Amino acid sequence: MSTGQATGSMGRAFIALLRRDLLLAFRRRTELLFPIIFLLVVVSLFPLGIGPSMELLARISPGVIWIAALLSTVISLDAMFRSDFEDGTLEQFVISGHPLTLIALAKILTHWLVAGLPIVLLTPLLAIWMNLPEGTLGVILLTLLLGTPVLSLIGSIGVGLTISLKRGGQLLSLLVFPLYVPILIIATAAVMAAADSLPYTQFLGLQTAGLIVTLTLAPFATAAALKISLS
Amino acid sequence: MTEETRTETKPRKNAFVLFIHKLGSPPWFYGFAGKLIPWLWLIFGVLAAWGLYLGLVKAPTDYLQGESYRIIYIHVPSAWMSWMIYAVMAGLGFINLVWRIRITEILAMSSAPIGAAFTLVALASGSLWGRPTWGTYWVWDARLTSELVLLFLYLGVIGLYNAIDEPRKAARAACLLALVGVVNLPIIHFSVKWWNTLHQPSSISFTSGSSSIDPSMLWPLLIMATAVKFYYGASLLARARVKLLEQDKRKTWAKNVIREGS
Repeated sequence: MSTGQATGSMGRAFIALLRRDLLLAFRRRTELLFPIIFLLVVVSLFPLGIGPSMELLARISPGVIWIAALLSTVISLDAMFRSDFEDGTLEQFVISGHPLTLIALAKILTHWLVAGLPIVLLTPLLAIWMNLPEGTLGVILLTLLLGTPVLSLIGSIGVGLTISLKRGGQLLSLLVFPLYVPILIIATAAVMAAADSLPYTQFLGLQTAGLIVTLTLAPFATAAALKISLS
Repeated sequence: MTEETRTETKPRKNAFVLFIHKLGSPPWFYGFAGKLIPWLWLIFGVLAAWGLYLGLVKAPTDYLQGESYRIIYIHVPSAWMSWMIYAVMAGLGFINLVWRIRITEILAMSSAPIGAAFTLVALASGSLWGRPTWGTYWVWDARLTSELVLLFLYLGVIGLYNAIDEPRKAARAACLLALVGVVNLPIIHFSVKWWNTLHQPSSISFTSGSSSIDPSMLWPLLIMATAVKFYYGASLLARARVKLLEQDKRKTWAKNVIREGS
């Protein structure tokens, strides 16, 4: 088999897996909605907990929205490989001959499309609730657009490591939250800089760099983690 | 005929390579570590007693911070160790993932609780120092915060290792996590540092050559920093021996050791 054909078959496998996973996700619509509802509930708890002062909410809004995005991502992460692990499909993927890295990447992309993208799309609503400073909605949307794929990518390593555990979800949050610290810091810094009308493009540059680095490395780490979990 | 010549021309392993290979064998490692541990404890004891005497009794009082600065003789070595042990753990984890040497996974997993303990000591002593100096036990300053994140990373590794039942699989998973953590640590460290630049700058710098700390205060610190490395060595080997014995309890060598020991 020539390399061209091999690449073609890899590409086809990637597309096929993506379509299958998206179809499966949309067949289970209620499961799809849980992380989104969770996001809305978490954000609405903040004004209830600290009072409805619009100035205070405006100051903490970037942090609150981002923390809610982290929590919502972690809630949905465990589903990334769960059903395929439990019915043995994941083992079939491993012996299929297709690189596990590619399969991991397809899974990560699916997770972002069904769990990460909705966060970005709901942010305008959250921005109104939290009285996000005027003119920063575009910036927070950009940080989320660049940041939520990184959350899925880093999270997938944690999922790969904990998938063989019955209650992996609890441990998963402990594994991934410390790794999310830089994303949270840089993303919220960008929004706060924009709120003070300071330059913020350097933060977006850092986020782009982070996205490229994790996109290059995380699928390999996830594949290695899955191999250990399946051994 | 050809086989004989082949065995003759085969180069002999040099002593160091042979030593490394021997260390990979659990019974040999067990015995060797057992002989080494008392010496490590002894060196640690002497150095720690000397360093603490110089630091707590001999070193002059700081004109700004008074006596409370003396906590650095515990705090700074612990903080240094907390970072170093994570790096050692990740390095051993890498060796284990690539070459599957069992001793390295035992050592990596025995390092994690020691590193976490050093992190905890650094955090606790840091906040005790913070009370008289900053007027509060905790501030979200860069170094305390990244030390706290480091503690979470350690807890993640320990948690994952203990959650998976099969020890070898657990060690490989935890080693991979340690490796992911070590790639992230510089990023975490610098982002947290940049997030909060309020902290006083680092007093000891090995790069510039001149340091702002008086030699009478610096020497005890360096002695203590050396002492804790021997503590780490002794504690690590002791933990690794117990772990080896526990995992190999059904093997002949371990049975022999247990029978002779008791």
